[in-house]
Amino acid sequence: MKIKQLSVFLENKPGQLCVMTKLLAENEINISAISLADTSGFGIVRMIVDDPEKAQSVLSDAGIIGMITEVSAIAMNDVPGGLSSVLNALSAAQVNVEYMYAFVSVRSGKALMVVQTDAIEKAESVFQSSDLHAISPSDIYRI
Amino acid sequence: MPIRQPEIECLNAEELKDMQGKLLSSQVKRMYENVVCFRGRMDEAGLKPDDIKCIEDIGKLPFSYKSDLRDYYPFGLFAVPMKNIVRTHASSGTTGKRIVVGYTAKDLDVWSDCIARMLTGIGVTDDDIVQVSFGYGLFTGGFGLHGGAEKVGATVIPMSSGNTALQIQTMADFGATVLCCTPSYAMHLGEEAKRMGMIDSLSLRIGIFGAEPWTEEMREKIEETLHIKAYDIYGLSEIMGPGVAEECEYQCGMHIWEDHFYPEIIDPDTCERLPDGSTGELVLTTLTKEGFPLIRYRTRDICRLNRTPCRCGRTHVRLMKPQGRTDDMLIIRGVNVFPSQIEEVLMHVSGNIITPNYQIIVDRVNHTDTLDVLVEMSRELFADNVKSVENLEKSITEQIRSALGLSPRVHLVNPNSIIRSEGKAKRVIDKREGKI
Ligand SMILES: [Zn+2]
Repeated sequence: MKIKQLSVFLENKPGQLCVMTKLLAENEINISAISLADTSGFGIVRMIVDDPEKAQSVLSDAGIIGMITEVSAIAMNDVPGGLSSVLNALSAAQVNVEYMYAFVSVRSGKALMVVQTDAIEKAESVFQSSDLHAISPSDIYRI
Repeated sequence: MPIRQPEIECLNAEELKDMQGKLLSSQVKRMYENVVCFRGRMDEAGLKPDDIKCIEDIGKLPFSYKSDLRDYYPFGLFAVPMKNIVRTHASSGTTGKRIVVGYTAKDLDVWSDCIARMLTGIGVTDDDIVQVSFGYGLFTGGFGLHGGAEKVGATVIPMSSGNTALQIQTMADFGATVLCCTPSYAMHLGEEAKRMGMIDSLSLRIGIFGAEPWTEEMREKIEETLHIKAYDIYGLSEIMGPGVAEECEYQCGMHIWEDHFYPEIIDPDTCERLPDGSTGELVLTTLTKEGFPLIRYRTRDICRLNRTPCRCGRTHVRLMKPQGRTDDMLIIRGVNVFPSQIEEVLMHVSGNIITPNYQIIVDRVNHTDTLDVLVEMSRELFADNVKSVENLEKSITEQIRSALGLSPRVHLVNPNSIIRSEGKAKRVIDKREGKI
């Protein structure tokens, strides 16, 4: 399923991550998953939250830039080779993975994987034809 | 657009020179009698007031400097008794001791005349409502524009600087059609008005901006954000305040009112006078000022004069946008750097979408100068992709390097994290003092 991810620009300064997570907590926004990509100069935080639009506006008011992007979320089989078979299927369809990170959905208790590829629609059809557990929006968002 | 005083603003070159020569010679006589510092310099140079007969003789006269204003603080350079001085202004003294200037009633009248000429020339009339958001007080900005706007009969809102939200509310409620402030504050007001959703409640059509350097790109951005035409105004309190030179409707250089101010361009190192069209330091002489006259004052502004005829029909020479100040110039690893060069690069990066808010930090580490440039990130520039943000950083670095011949370290920072002053922007922090 396609889900919304919030990506945030963080300048390279101590406490930036802390300021951001505190703001989200104060506004009762739950972070299900977080991943940090950083360089010597800046960082990009990627998050799955239960209310991405609200999170973006809360951060924006505090002078923090966030943007909402679409990524794929899949539920994996909890058996050896689960991830490998997904990646094989993507590779066979010539879809490249840009980044991925895993999380447990607090709403459903499912183990989920966030995958960003260079061709999201193609990836989605690969996932649909694979042997993966279906997930629903209520697994992720506050609905 | 109408011309307020065509008999002066369009006076032919010959007659203008003749007028300037007469004014200079009587100014020199008066100052020789009344200003101790000037008399001393004339005597030192072996000059008598009678040696100055025409405007070309100005090259013989001694220069005056900002340090003179400090040395004769507060009233030592005034050329009339204090009972004839009706107003004083002073600088904030950011670099050392304050300087004080004084005006007679006639000086104030000339000042508002100069500004009224500009206002008329860009179409401001008694139907306009002018919000003056330059600081009122010892700074010349607020009172300067105020006098000129009243002279053309406009309705003045003496807002002064600060309290951005109230500024925007007042503009909207009072229906201000003209805004006067520093260009960086205009940018700030525009961004805030947009953020508050108030842009469409404004009736502005004209902006008059000055008191700090700004680029053509900044002009475009301000014009676009506030839906106005933005005009440049030049001045310095030592000479009068804003209004020494101003743009006409064609926005192509600022006419210096030559019946009051005589400009020269010199090489700041050799002090030689340079031919028309050369870039160098602007030197100004006040031809009519009574209270606080100055002869050949070194402004430290680096600029160029344009004597070609202007489309508006005015004959007074045009001052092309100052490129920097001799004292703003940074020498970094032996290279001359003007902050405006970095500003220009930032405006061009990514097709002018960068908010040009930046700060230059110069330091010295292990006997070597370092140059760091902080650039505020914006939503338009951000992408969920490490590569593209890295490329942005690299592209800014590369373009500054090629513009200056120096490699900077560029840091992308959060929006609005660089302090914006309500008045002048603090663009440069030089931490090298005392370091070797
Ligand atoms: Zn003109």
